[in-house]
Amino acid sequence: MATDTTFTNQEFKIVGTRPPRPDGVDKVTGRARFGADASAAGQLVGLVLRSPHAHAKIKKIDTSKAEKLKGVKAVVTSADLPDLTKGDRGMFDMLENCMARDRALYDGHAVAAVAAIDAETARQALKLIKVDYEVLPHVTDVDEAMKPNAPIVQPYIRTAGIEPKPTKASNVAQKSEFGHGDVEAGFKQADVIVERSYKTEQTHQGYIEPHACLASVGPDGQGELWVTTQGHFTFRNVCAGLLGMDIAKLKVTSSEIGGGFGGKTHVWAEPVALALSRKANRPVKLVMTREEVFRATGPTCSTSIDVKIGATKDGRITAATATLRYQDGAFTSIWGMLGAMTSFACYDLANVKSIGYDVLVNRPKVAAYRAPSAPMAAFAVESTMDLLAAELKMDPIDLRIRNAAKEGTRASYGPTYGPIGIGPTLQAAKNHPHMKAPLGKNQGRGMACGFWFNFGGQTCTDLNIGVDGTVSLTVGTVDVGGSRASLSLIAAEELGIPYDRIKCTIADTASLGHNDTTEGSRGTFSSGMATIFAARNAIQVLKARAAKMWDIDVADVDWKNGRAVALRAEHGNLNELTLGEIAAKSPQTGGPIAGHNETVADGAGVSFATHICDIEVDPETGKTKILRYTVIQDAGKAIHPDYVEGQFQGAAAQGIGWALNEEYIYGTDGRLQNAGFLDYRIPVCSDLPFIDTQILEIPNPGHPYGVRGVGETSIVPPLAAIANALSNAAGVRMTHIPMSPPRVLKAIKNGRH
Amino acid sequence: MQLSASLREFAGGAASVTVEATSIRELLRKLIERFPRMQRRIDEGVAVSINGEIYRDDRNQQIPDGAEVFLLPRIQGG
Repeated sequence: MATDTTFTNQEFKIVGTRPPRPDGVDKVTGRARFGADASAAGQLVGLVLRSPHAHAKIKKIDTSKAEKLKGVKAVVTSADLPDLTKGDRGMFDMLENCMARDRALYDGHAVAAVAAIDAETARQALKLIKVDYEVLPHVTDVDEAMKPNAPIVQPYIRTAGIEPKPTKASNVAQKSEFGHGDVEAGFKQADVIVERSYKTEQTHQGYIEPHACLASVGPDGQGELWVTTQGHFTFRNVCAGLLGMDIAKLKVTSSEIGGGFGGKTHVWAEPVALALSRKANRPVKLVMTREEVFRATGPTCSTSIDVKIGATKDGRITAATATLRYQDGAFTSIWGMLGAMTSFACYDLANVKSIGYDVLVNRPKVAAYRAPSAPMAAFAVESTMDLLAAELKMDPIDLRIRNAAKEGTRASYGPTYGPIGIGPTLQAAKNHPHMKAPLGKNQGRGMACGFWFNFGGQTCTDLNIGVDGTVSLTVGTVDVGGSRASLSLIAAEELGIPYDRIKCTIADTASLGHNDTTEGSRGTFSSGMATIFAARNAIQVLKARAAKMWDIDVADVDWKNGRAVALRAEHGNLNELTLGEIAAKSPQTGGPIAGHNETVADGAGVSFATHICDIEVDPETGKTKILRYTVIQDAGKAIHPDYVEGQFQGAAAQGIGWALNEEYIYGTDGRLQNAGFLDYRIPVCSDLPFIDTQILEIPNPGHPYGVRGVGETSIVPPLAAIANALSNAAGVRMTHIPMSPPRVLKAIKNGRH
Repeated sequence: MQLSASLREFAGGAASVTVEATSIRELLRKLIERFPRMQRRIDEGVAVSINGEIYRDDRNQQIPDGAEVFLLPRIQGG
């Protein structure tokens, strides 16, 4: 079947090679256009006024002086963004997050915005807006927020997942429980039980490009939005819904993206820019500062986690439990639930229970960050696994191999696994030369493994063949990591033509059917599947055109190596026709040749990774240095190995920053104290070794090429791998992320183990 | 089919329910008929795992005889 998703184990000629990415030259020469690089005639500058309070009632906003300032063309508040969400709580939360209504819920929450002829005028206008606040008690710590007398962030919340349903408001939005078996009985069978508590601090994805957009809405209700985003179709639908516009009348174009990692899956200032433009009847460009990105976009959760694991003397785990408390910021989400689902997913456990709590605090709305929620859970579980191995006097990797999930294992989150790669990644780690390399004084080695679901979603692809035989491949998934190169390889493979005959473009929302956001490691998986099917559709058209050119029955035409071949001996005098030859004649054989596919690309295979880390610690200062780092991950099938390795390396680099330095620091006033890259330290080149990679290919049975998503999984193990390495180097167990020099020094001095 | 713990409150606390269905669409429709409170939860987002493969969107997916079926919360990614 042309749209059969089953893995077929076909042999590849082009897939798996490493040609340069088509967007590479533009990016290294500065020609690529990012979110802030678009301009329009008559555009205004949009700026946002933000709450200086962690939690405050907004009694009154007086915008009259700002509106009278010369050069100001529009001022908007929540009154300009009326509630059109018809009881849809998720949409209302997005509306309220874009612009505070009766209360500011976190430091940095937008309360008003202006559009003016230049930035100086806009800044002056912001100063003229008078907001009358009544400061309210706040809470920013996840454990404090769960206490009975904590200030309530959202009074409508009644904890879900508890029977009978509570009648009193709480900051615990949801309790989620996963697992199977009898953990109490399992712990009774254990010879050794290890129990430990952990904390992780809030981090930001740290994408270099701030949020930016150019919005234009006319009095006829038609609009355009140029924006840096991971999902322009989703942005279109959400913005149209929040502003009461028709979806078809809002055209959204995604710019090149300077990093997203989950943080650009949600709208933040875009509805505000559209509202300003609508009110001013002029285009409005809105570019966040780095401070705004930190204070008012979507970082990941801070967490507090308890883990207990029991095993027999021979290293077989008999029971495991985890209680995971994740703060979601000021709006409900599912991050605690995902932590609970992923926590023990690497292991084959007869008795397991994970309980996740989603907790509201006065911090920005949490967004996804690459395999969201899994890194913190893995940090806690994989650290405890190392403690268990030490108690059992077992090699940590052997303990994991002994208990690794495999095909037929019932996952801790419920379903039974098909073919999976955790065992092979662990075995590859055990056999890797890195594991046998010598270590020096104050140096330690650690390893850890991690899991992520991956998913697909709605996808739509066009493939158009020009009369010169070149191919325009049009997709709707934003390219966040080289997918245009991968998708071009797939189209070239299917059509049987060279890679450089394909040009892959990300279409705007007016040019292609809906595509879900590029998240869940779905870009190459989903659009790759749609590209395969679109190419196969085009091949059917090419065969039909060749049949016309030859004046034979299409059933007598086959497609081989980029050429139409006439079957049957009676057609032996017909020379093969290349794709280019058929395309050149297309105006006379029926017009343009195209292939198209729309699909729901479900069936994404789960993914596993194992990482190895060597670290050196200075016991006098607590400073650490990563000496060597190796990533081993199952990719299903690496379409373009360079960009698979790039995903592995990028995820590991982000994990290293998260593990060692990155941290949101809130004062007792509930205000963020380090909203900039000077005080929030992401790793730079000199902090990182070359990150070695090993790609494993255990085919996903649900994709014709066996592809699994690769973009997220390798951010899961680093926190734990580095914590295990550092604990071995320092001789003390590190239980609090980030393991920054002051925290390491304190742990060494306390001698806590 | 089996239900994740966080979804059981919408099915009267049941950990598993028996539903005869050949597709995800039919499965969810019959689940809602039996447990009307499930409607809102399904609208908010669920996923169905069939023999270990998670389906978030494809309601046309067929359910083979004797398949292991799990109803899960819908996951998000980065």
